[in-house]
Amino acid sequence: MFLTKRPHKDDTVDRMPADTVPVTGWGRTAPTAARLVRPRSYEETLAAVRECGARGGIARGLGRAYGDAAQNAGGAVFDMTGLDRVHAIDADGGTVLCDAGVSLHRLMEVLLPLGWFVPVTPGTRYVTVGGAIGADIHGKNHHGSGSFARHVLSFELLTADGGIRMVHRGTPLFDATAGGMGLTGVILTATVRLQPVETSLMSVDTERATDLDDLMARLTATDHRYRYSVAWIDLLARGASMGRSVLTRGDHAPLEALPGRARRAPLEFRPGRLPAAPAFVPEGLLGRTTVGLFNEFWYRRAPRARTGELQRISTFFHPLDGVPHWNRVYGRGGFVQYQFAVGHGEEDALRRIVHLISQHRCPSFLAVLKRFGEGDPGWLSFPVPGWTLALDIPANLPGLGGFLDGLDEEVAAAGGRVYLAKDSRLRPELLAGMYPRLADFRALRAELDPAGVFTSDLSRRLAL
Amino acid sequence: MKDAFGTPQSLLVLGGTSEIGLATARRLITRRTRTVWLAGRPSPALESAAAGLRELGADVRTVAFDALDTDAHEASLGKVFAEGDIDMVLLAFGVLGDQSRDENEPGAAALIAQTNYTGAVSSGLVCARALQTQGHGSLVVLSSVAGERARRANFIYGSSKAGLDAFAQGLGDALHGTGVHVMVVRPGFVRSRMTAGLPEAPLATTPEAVALAIETGLRRRSETVWVPGALRVVMSALRHVPRAVFRRLPV
Repeated sequence: MFLTKRPHKDDTVDRMPADTVPVTGWGRTAPTAARLVRPRSYEETLAAVRECGARGGIARGLGRAYGDAAQNAGGAVFDMTGLDRVHAIDADGGTVLCDAGVSLHRLMEVLLPLGWFVPVTPGTRYVTVGGAIGADIHGKNHHGSGSFARHVLSFELLTADGGIRMVHRGTPLFDATAGGMGLTGVILTATVRLQPVETSLMSVDTERATDLDDLMARLTATDHRYRYSVAWIDLLARGASMGRSVLTRGDHAPLEALPGRARRAPLEFRPGRLPAAPAFVPEGLLGRTTVGLFNEFWYRRAPRARTGELQRISTFFHPLDGVPHWNRVYGRGGFVQYQFAVGHGEEDALRRIVHLISQHRCPSFLAVLKRFGEGDPGWLSFPVPGWTLALDIPANLPGLGGFLDGLDEEVAAAGGRVYLAKDSRLRPELLAGMYPRLADFRALRAELDPAGVFTSDLSRRLAL
Repeated sequence: MKDAFGTPQSLLVLGGTSEIGLATARRLITRRTRTVWLAGRPSPALESAAAGLRELGADVRTVAFDALDTDAHEASLGKVFAEGDIDMVLLAFGVLGDQSRDENEPGAAALIAQTNYTGAVSSGLVCARALQTQGHGSLVVLSSVAGERARRANFIYGSSKAGLDAFAQGLGDALHGTGVHVMVVRPGFVRSRMTAGLPEAPLATTPEAVALAIETGLRRRSETVWVPGALRVVMSALRHVPRAVFRRLPV
């Protein structure tokens, strides 16, 4: 009765691989069991959706959502990484048509030699195009370029009725799907507009900000000069240095900025990789002391001001991708990422929250602060014009649940919101206030998918 | 669904008037729990327990459940799971009996075993299957230090808890990898109605402390929780004391 059903040996030839396995998000909290199906064609995807059963199914990419967005307890999870073909590249116009399971890493490998770059990249290249649309991800260029879906011209969506729809930007279904966490259907292909680049290197300016006010002033004054901008913030610093930060901002390096040797292969893309994090890491390795020391070192190491440093794309955008399975460093208990945004004019709320976090001594060594530009049309799209702060915290920190609930209250009172792709613990009552278009989203889902075929642990937890 | 800290949104308490069960429900309601099912024999006490939890803002319903009526478990508990996912089942029912009387009344002693062990096996399996179908959830089983090593003073109760403890451990292993988490909670002497009038044992604790330990155990996804934690050390020493010595110990 309790044995997990494994596929019969003879089944594997002509049937999709499917296995009941525990599934978690990148934060490795709250595992639930689901039938993991890996379709290798559109027909198999359609069959998987038709056969997913009473507890529904949800598409999953590379599993980089931190919380329970790509989990579906007792139901099916469609691993879309089997659909990984790049169909067409318009090397003159700068668009690509590819399957939803193609990763941004793969796109970079294919596109950089042609002089094109993805329009938006988050802190990891290991996300799929489908996931990038479903979470409507943002990157260091949000203040100028907006979120990922802003650069998507159209996509094909497999909906609950078994139909495949071509969805164009500007339609309600497009806006519900951009940021819709996979709950409107399964994205099969997408056409994405690209960013032209002359080289695969970044020209980076680094500076230190001595406290939070200094940081916000610098970002407000000069962010518009840079295509990419982000600040690493030391949330363990207290008192006068509360919010001290290292700003790194830059743009794609033009050809003439490269030294002679590098000019021979200006579009080479060779991200380095370190050994993977070990499978077992003792809990509490990242405590207040170790993280405090790390943060001190990181801050002191950074130059007070340096301009025009050449960095590789992987160094500038994806430092953590160098260590495979870096999420294991938090040990078996996993970790929570808390990311919220508050609008311009709510700087006091941001200050209050940073103060609360530094008083609580959250051992967080990966905190980033960014100034967002204009919001995006996706109904559940996260960015709002203003400020966003993201921090990682070990989930086993005593009292963390109550503490983050308190931060939610501050965020909600300031008219802000938390990011669903990162969330694993929000109180459902607060959601409607944070996302004003939630009612529209629910109404569209009720019409498009009355039986609730597309269901995830996130949608169950938050009644999306 | 449980959140990243293992806090459930919906809770089923088997033994709806259990003081530890209700203390746990109160604690979890202040966190995330919105739906609570109290399963127990229909009584004014069960209804007033439900009313008490409703005051805290939860949606509380009661369901008729008798540990001794194992034939009805499938139907009565199936009804609860049919209404929606249950994130956590707290198996909290149990009777202590009166050792000195029960030693002379085998029928009464058998009722203790049937309630604490047989009833728990039946209802535990019904819940385990339902949790496995939904692919997630915690089954929290209230065992006791009394089950760790039988004592002269309460071996009837102790042996029933020993059986329950072994059952829950095995069930937890059977369900490993299914998304269902089984947690065995072994409290020491808990000051409650059940132990009123009994001489207090060392390391005595309260229903509220057990509730806190359960919340922490859920967060850590623990398989075994001792309340208080020091009992783990004490019992691992006591377990190895020779019979001839253990028999003479004033415990």
